[in-house]
Amino acid sequence: MANLSVNFCDVKFENPTVLASGILGVTASNLRNVIRNGAGGVTTKSIWLKEHVGHKKPTMFGTKEWFLNAVGLSDAGIEKAKDETFPEYLKDKPAPIIANIVESSMEGFAELTEKIDACNPDIIELNLGCPNVEDEHGKPFSCVAADAEKVTKMCRERTKKPLIIKLSPNVSDIAEVAKACASSGADGFCAINTLYGMAIDITVRKPILTNKSGGLSGPGIKPSAVKAVYDIYKATRLPIVATGGITSGEDAIEIMMAGGRLVGMGTMVYYRGVEGFGEVVKEMDEWCDKNGVKNIEDIIGAAHN
Amino acid sequence: MDIANYDSRFLILPIKKIIDENSTTKTFVFEHSLGGNPGQFLMMWIPGVDEKPMSIAYDDGKEFWITVCNVGETSNALHGLKEGDKVGVRGPLGTSYEFGKGDHLALVAGGYGAAPMYFVAKQAVEKGIKIEFLVGARNEDLLLYIDKIKDLEGVTLHISTDDGSAGHKGYVTEVLKEVLAEGNVNKVFTCGPEVMMKVVGQVADYAKVESWLSMEKYMKCGIGVCGQCAIDDTGDLVCTKGPVMSWKYLQNLPEMGKYHRDAQGKKHNF
Ligand SMILES: Cc1cc2nc3c(=O)[nH]c(=O)nc-3n(C[C@H](O)[C@H](O)[C@H](O)COP(=O)(O)OP(=O)(O)OC[C@H]3O[C@@H](n4cnc5c(N)ncnc54)[C@H](O)[C@@H]3O)c2cc1C
Ligand SMILES: Cc1cc2nc3c(=O)[nH]c(=O)nc-3n(C[C@H](O)[C@H](O)[C@H](O)COP(=O)(O)O)c2cc1C
Repeated sequence: MANLSVNFCDVKFENPTVLASGILGVTASNLRNVIRNGAGGVTTKSIWLKEHVGHKKPTMFGTKEWFLNAVGLSDAGIEKAKDETFPEYLKDKPAPIIANIVESSMEGFAELTEKIDACNPDIIELNLGCPNVEDEHGKPFSCVAADAEKVTKMCRERTKKPLIIKLSPNVSDIAEVAKACASSGADGFCAINTLYGMAIDITVRKPILTNKSGGLSGPGIKPSAVKAVYDIYKATRLPIVATGGITSGEDAIEIMMAGGRLVGMGTMVYYRGVEGFGEVVKEMDEWCDKNGVKNIEDIIGAAHN
Repeated sequence: MDIANYDSRFLILPIKKIIDENSTTKTFVFEHSLGGNPGQFLMMWIPGVDEKPMSIAYDDGKEFWITVCNVGETSNALHGLKEGDKVGVRGPLGTSYEFGKGDHLALVAGGYGAAPMYFVAKQAVEKGIKIEFLVGARNEDLLLYIDKIKDLEGVTLHISTDDGSAGHKGYVTEVLKEVLAEGNVNKVFTCGPEVMMKVVGQVADYAKVESWLSMEKYMKCGIGVCGQCAIDDTGDLVCTKGPVMSWKYLQNLPEMGKYHRDAQGKKHNF
């Protein structure tokens, strides 16, 4: 039995697996169920200041290799988070919780940072990289380094809690964006959000998603995620919730070697169910035993040595 | 579409036949088998409109049906389609009603719930299982599937209407009480409005008979990913752990018969 616990921005996780934002996690009881099934921590679905209506369905579907979604960040708003989700989750808190927030303006992000801070999450994650609301809200802030730097700075001023930035892979140089965020006070990163994607039904000759374009996730994007995490780690050495296409213990080990400190999993749930969290943790443990690794933290960034 | 192989893309199918069931309900027949069992559902996509979960009302290995009440935007759009028009489906999804030789079933249907209950009856009758089929509605016009049920051998039909225009005047659960008092039924299956199903669960429990309910919660993905249909306080998903769930499991849940959530996850009381 290896020691799988990880320290992330001074928050202790019993194991490195974390539920990624937007998968499950509509309610506190659903988040608690994820922990019951073995995850080391959870991330909330993206929270807005006000209720936000998502896209019409179909909003998601998958294949053996990939998954496409355009939920459109539906959410009941900060009031529900404050009155229901956080109080219910924090009552004998089962594991750390990362609050993922989103807004369309920088001022909105800053205001929401202060409001979510009051809900008392362990870590605040700014979703600066969702590709699915561009028609309404324009390019995400993490697609332009200067914008990412500015919004990070504005939010930094509103909270003392660990602040991490969720980055979009849809940029030419993700390390440059990460460095910009680090320079304005980011404590770490979550990478990656989904890649751009589209699928067309050739019988009806129309994009399948109602939003037409969507975000690509699942096993097929793992190499993109590993590369992004590698580049961000190399450029900043800050802690990363390494996310994208991870569905097994060996996948998790691989992306930790690229520089991940925690491992985010979302689409894994499609393939393995919520039980997959415990299974992946077990596979990581077995790998550590077989390879003489006593502390999982020892492999973080191993591929850079 | 091959759910077992993690392919949840749509199968596009033309509507083969449309049957008017009553003033608000139509059955849509497709010449294809999903291999579905009674209680399971599919996601139905009307291109350009929306996608909704629908119970599989029948599947005999050659064709399947869905029976849809016209209550809102998507169901209205579906009611406006003609034979030959195409829709997308993916499924079968979720859990089903389990039964076998030696069972004596009471099936309690409210609203479009008569459709999946008919599917149970049709399969059960083939196995020689005895059935009490209870159908309830506000009035005679809204009763569903009555002629089809009458055609099944070994099925005793019990009708109730709120206004007494057909059968027992009152609630279907009052009839259930009498049926269970006879002591022959060993399993109760129900599909209908949640508040009705809750009473069915209680009535069956009182008679010491186990029951299974088909839960209807707002669903987005139908494939266990989005978390929209999670129930309090277990956090289980109705789309994968359900829709058919036992009363034993449901009876102590704080949301049972009390509230449901919308597409944004906000609570609404029944
Ligand atoms: C597992 C599952 C199986 C289902 N099977 C069937 C089925 O076999 N046949 C069927 O007709 N529907 C079925 N439904 C319901 C269906 O998915 C839709 O919710 C329904 O068709 C309404 O969609 P809409 O877009 O037409 O209405 P919306 O625009 O979503 O709603 C319009 C209004 O109708 C109300 N409403 C929504 N659903 C109902 C309802 N069932 N009864 C009364 N009022 C309602 C809403 O509160 C709203 O006020 C099932 C749902 C689930 C979760
Ligand atoms: C259905 C679905 C919904 C998502 N919603 C959000 C969201 O609300 N906020 C967010 O930051 N990321 C969201 N994402 C992105 C994931 O958190 C994750 O970054 C991405 O899917 C890659 O990881 P995966 O391959 O493990 O899913 C969503 C992904 C999926 C599949």
